[in-house]
Amino acid sequence: MTSTALRSRAWKLLEMVTTPLLPSDYLDLVSPLRAGADLRGRIEAVHPETGDAATIVIRPGRGWRGHTAGQYVRIGVDVDGVRLWRAYSLTSPTNRRDGRVTITVKAIPDGKVSNHLVRRVKPGTLIHLDQATGDFVLPRTKPAKVLYLTAGSGITPVMGMLRDTEFDDVVMVHCAPRPQDVIFRNDLHDLVADTKLRLTEVHTDTDGMLDIARLDELVPDWAERETWACGPAGLLDAAEKHWAEHGVPERLHTERFRPTVVVAGDGGEVTFSTTGRTVDADGATPLLDIGEAAGVLMPSGCRMGICFGCTTPLTAGAVRDLRTGEITEAEPGVLIQTCVSAAAGPCAIER
Amino acid sequence: MTAIDPTAHLTAEQIEELGRELDAIRDDVLASRGEKDAAYIRKVISAQRKLELVSRGVLLFSIFPPAWVLGTAGLSVAKIMDNMEIGHNILHGQWDWMRDPKIHSTTWEWDHVSPSDQWKHSHNELHHKYTNVIGKDNDLGYGIMRVDEDQKWHPFHLGQPLWNFLNACFFEYGIAAYDLELGKNLHKRRRKNPEFRSRAKAVGRKIRKQVLKDYVIHPLLSGPSFLPTLAATFTANLVRNLWSHSVIMCGHFPEGVQVFERRSIKGETRGQWYLRQMMGSANISGSKAMHFMTGNLSHQIEHHLFPDLPSNRYAEVAVKVRALFEKYELEYVTGPLPKQVFSAWHKVVRLSLPNKKPKLKTPAREQEVLAA
Repeated sequence: MTSTALRSRAWKLLEMVTTPLLPSDYLDLVSPLRAGADLRGRIEAVHPETGDAATIVIRPGRGWRGHTAGQYVRIGVDVDGVRLWRAYSLTSPTNRRDGRVTITVKAIPDGKVSNHLVRRVKPGTLIHLDQATGDFVLPRTKPAKVLYLTAGSGITPVMGMLRDTEFDDVVMVHCAPRPQDVIFRNDLHDLVADTKLRLTEVHTDTDGMLDIARLDELVPDWAERETWACGPAGLLDAAEKHWAEHGVPERLHTERFRPTVVVAGDGGEVTFSTTGRTVDADGATPLLDIGEAAGVLMPSGCRMGICFGCTTPLTAGAVRDLRTGEITEAEPGVLIQTCVSAAAGPCAIER
Repeated sequence: MTAIDPTAHLTAEQIEELGRELDAIRDDVLASRGEKDAAYIRKVISAQRKLELVSRGVLLFSIFPPAWVLGTAGLSVAKIMDNMEIGHNILHGQWDWMRDPKIHSTTWEWDHVSPSDQWKHSHNELHHKYTNVIGKDNDLGYGIMRVDEDQKWHPFHLGQPLWNFLNACFFEYGIAAYDLELGKNLHKRRRKNPEFRSRAKAVGRKIRKQVLKDYVIHPLLSGPSFLPTLAATFTANLVRNLWSHSVIMCGHFPEGVQVFERRSIKGETRGQWYLRQMMGSANISGSKAMHFMTGNLSHQIEHHLFPDLPSNRYAEVAVKVRALFEKYELEYVTGPLPKQVFSAWHKVVRLSLPNKKPKLKTPAREQEVLAA
């Protein structure tokens, strides 16, 4: 018998020992970061960067497969007891000796997770991780000239690149409201001092928003440079237009942080994603009734919110709890009780 | 059992006001639910797992009597924690709000022979919706006993003290049979129904796994302690069964708890539903340890009013609920465990004999509903 087969037999036996739980349920008590466990990480330190941004140092579990500079990672953090998932760019180089990775988070107004990470989270906290992902990365072959065009927290994936790979000729144009709002300002100026980077800071509070046409003056050879741009949609839209107009769209690589903006309304179009049916719903009728009326096979139970027999994944949009008025927005893994939830704007449920 | 409706003094408006006041209590807890509560359930789960691990470890040496006693006691407590404070409450969706897929009503499986999903249907859906409604809520005597004067007497009920005792000893099997509606489904041709067969198969699989674990694998792992370990796991299951049966009997069987006519829930309002939960449940008084070991089902009244609130909040809710009972001049049935268990058993024995004249109570509000 091969060792894999032997191991799977042994595991089966172990499962019989621990039924109805799994061996991992017990192993997680002592070794949550071990190989083979669900991927987690431990927060080891939180370093403030600016007034509202901080770098979080994470020791990933043994299952972490590493990342490529520029990629992001989804993390699951418990905020007020509720697990919430968000994506953040990795800001550490890929060859960090101690195996730690860092993300750099800017607290956005009313951002549950970002404020928690920047201001409240304590070293030692376990978080959940997905593997790194994203195609906003550097190419295998080094380009001769590079331009990084960033604004606000758009600097985070680029910082990961800057720290990871040295180029002969790198220019960066970065926009932030004021000098003290520039995340990684010290690191950037160190790179400038070492002549590893030419940096132009645009302080939008005093200079105004960056007019993309100014690039001709700031970086005269911009069109010859392989460019990575990350920042607000306005900047990226302007850049894409600008590069296309000058016939070099293939030189521009962009990354958009897409905050899911859900506008909670009163009723809306409900999509049953499995059956592909779409119907209009008002803001007072339970989604269970809406689905049944549309001929969708809906699991149901007590029909009054107490048995949890109708829970269904909410895949897009928002719903309102008809008993409390509470709004629940779609996120991966969010389940709703269809018998006491009504559409709060357009939404989609997995049925 | 009273022939007089103990809620007759309440007007329809008062009942709706009561409902609103209960909703406000619920909203208060929902608004303050958070990190502390999540830490609580995680701590309980972790403690239960550690206790089970250590107890099973000690039982490997159960050939030595002190190890047997210690391991058996620990395992009994671990099994009670698993079923009561953890399993029952997670399967009620009390912790779904944490969005932790591992502590969720849709994924949790408990140390019990009835598969979680079947139990959730018969318990969460049927029992909690139709609490104490004769003919709708099978928890009223589990289909094998008569626990109210209004239920029809049958010579079969003469043996109910014995049935109840046997049910207590093998409670988890009783629950599995009950969730399968075995009595009904074994009759006639129902047993061939494919839906029933697949559910019966699921129960069979679960029983096989549970039995294999408790009565084969762990004893085998104990080597020379095979027989003592076997006896220990059997004892732990027995203790857990007797304990949970006792706690659960105290929830709806003690004297003073009301039952309801099927007709009485027609067109029931939210306030009336709340009132039925209040009159149809009974509490157990006692220490914090007692509340914990009953899985907070000692707060059965609060649990029935708010089955999806985290169990660790029932104690604080109970203070407010009790004040409402007083305000509306209703009887809050509660008492220490021995008293409630005795009361429930007394009723089981008394009702094994026929009563003279079943008096059907027709509350005033029911008249209104019927007239409407």
